[in-house]
Amino acid sequence: MRTFKGRPVIPGKTTAEALVSHCGFNTLASFQKSLMSGDKKATCSDQNNPDLYGKPMFGKALCMPQTIGSTTGGMVMYCASALGQQAACLLFSGPIDSLAAAGAILSNIWTDVSLPTVDNLGDDFLAFVKTGMTVTVDEDGTVTIDG
Amino acid sequence: MELTRDQQEIRDGRDGETLAKVMRSLIMYGETFGATHMVKVTGAMGHLVTSFGLSVMKPVQGLMQELIDNGALSSQPFTVDPRPIDKNVPSNLIQDIVFKVMYSRQAYYEKQLSELGLLSGDAFTCTCYMDEIGNTPSKGDILSWAESSAVVYANSVLGARCNRNSGIIELFGSIVGYVPYFGLLTDEGRKASWIIELRTRTLPPAQLLGSAIGLRVTEEVPYIKGLQSFLGNELNDDTKAYCKDMGAAAASNGAVGLYHIEGLTPEAVELGDSLLLPNANTYVIDDDEIARVRKSYPCIWKNPAATPKLCFVGCPHLSSKQLHDWTNNLEAALAKSGQKTVRIPTVFTAAPAVKDEFEKTPDFAKLTSMKVILSDICPLMYMNNPKCRTMPVITNSNKLRTYTTARYHNDDEILALLADGGIRNENI
Repeated sequence: MRTFKGRPVIPGKTTAEALVSHCGFNTLASFQKSLMSGDKKATCSDQNNPDLYGKPMFGKALCMPQTIGSTTGGMVMYCASALGQQAACLLFSGPIDSLAAAGAILSNIWTDVSLPTVDNLGDDFLAFVKTGMTVTVDEDGTVTIDG
Repeated sequence: MELTRDQQEIRDGRDGETLAKVMRSLIMYGETFGATHMVKVTGAMGHLVTSFGLSVMKPVQGLMQELIDNGALSSQPFTVDPRPIDKNVPSNLIQDIVFKVMYSRQAYYEKQLSELGLLSGDAFTCTCYMDEIGNTPSKGDILSWAESSAVVYANSVLGARCNRNSGIIELFGSIVGYVPYFGLLTDEGRKASWIIELRTRTLPPAQLLGSAIGLRVTEEVPYIKGLQSFLGNELNDDTKAYCKDMGAAAASNGAVGLYHIEGLTPEAVELGDSLLLPNANTYVIDDDEIARVRKSYPCIWKNPAATPKLCFVGCPHLSSKQLHDWTNNLEAALAKSGQKTVRIPTVFTAAPAVKDEFEKTPDFAKLTSMKVILSDICPLMYMNNPKCRTMPVITNSNKLRTYTTARYHNDDEILALLADGGIRNENI
């Protein structure tokens, strides 16, 4: 077990299985197909992300350095939340980017979904956490990993 | 964040709960990035990224309707990204049926955009900053825009100031007329943490150079050295087009919101190396690196050897000069191959106003005689159709490659393919 402390951008509590992207998470490319097809598992469709491509994202603790790509990103994340395809939480090793922040904030203010979001967890966090490990997030931004 | 009395009162519900939620969203957004206050949006117009009435985007349409019903309209006119459908773009019966279902909310959504403050029925393009469209900010203007390729162009080539806002957030800024002050709005946030040293023997394709930069620097600000030896020191039609395409690739392959080019872009000309942060990283790009980046692109066609069924050129939308150049280069390529028309159905895309002007020129007749379709569609939205996604489509756009199954080829390869048809060899 290992604990990391980050900044709670959207405070919240949750426990979920980790899904780890070591490269930037392209929100539009990742959710595009599942939003179009109504795939409730939210299978990742980003061909450029070998860590996530083809894996279900719904209900996972999405661990990543940051998000990249189209500025529809935040809106796409908001739609995923509103349509029940969202991750359990968003965990960033570095500072959150403006698109991911928008997605988390829009989900928080404009939907009933809780999308706990923590950033600045450090490079060690991303080096340690592996897809399939159990991740627990606390309100104060503490992230505990069982693996 | 320090708020003015007016901002506080809006947040507290003076003008209703919807506007309060708009303001709370912007405040939370700013506080996440350490903004100390909000600044006035000084650009004359906004630009929205969300142009598509996708049936699955009902949450966005619901939010828009809540804004309209409660009078939370944009305080400035805005342009918006291209339309997702155009009947002139080739599609089969099944694709058409899917388009009808997918974009069944398009008319409804366009009505919403109009009620919110859309500039005009022709204001659909990702290149709103071109002269023909008229949403061209001035240096130093504060913007509330989204659309990654437009934001990076406005920041880098025009010297305006805009964060990489998400869809919906950009509209919120245009509604209240303020945006939180952080990131690319600040002098410090516009400094470069990367030096890009270009050491190629010739000018690299804009779409590949941008991709290499985006993949390496992600969201940071690059300062590009060595490009002026190819591009010169003047922002003219050719260099602006190069910057447009390079920026779009950097913004989609990474998350670049601003770049500087030594001796060319306005802030680099004005401030030079003082834009560099101490201990900036260096990324050397030579011909080998360009080739390595190109080779890293996966081809996710079911049959990689398939003959292309469609070609898109113009993502982001082509400029007028690019349209003329493509027309003449294609004419020469076809003549060299003894052809009169393209061997692969081909669509060139441009903003409605650019398209209208081009249609008045002799080159338009030339283009149509080669059986090329001129459209103002968004190729990305076309490719979103699951029945189009399975089709072998080629493009010279790195953005389209990134978000869809389209296969990237550089301009020369595209010309050769359009003249000869089919995938010609392993290297193309």
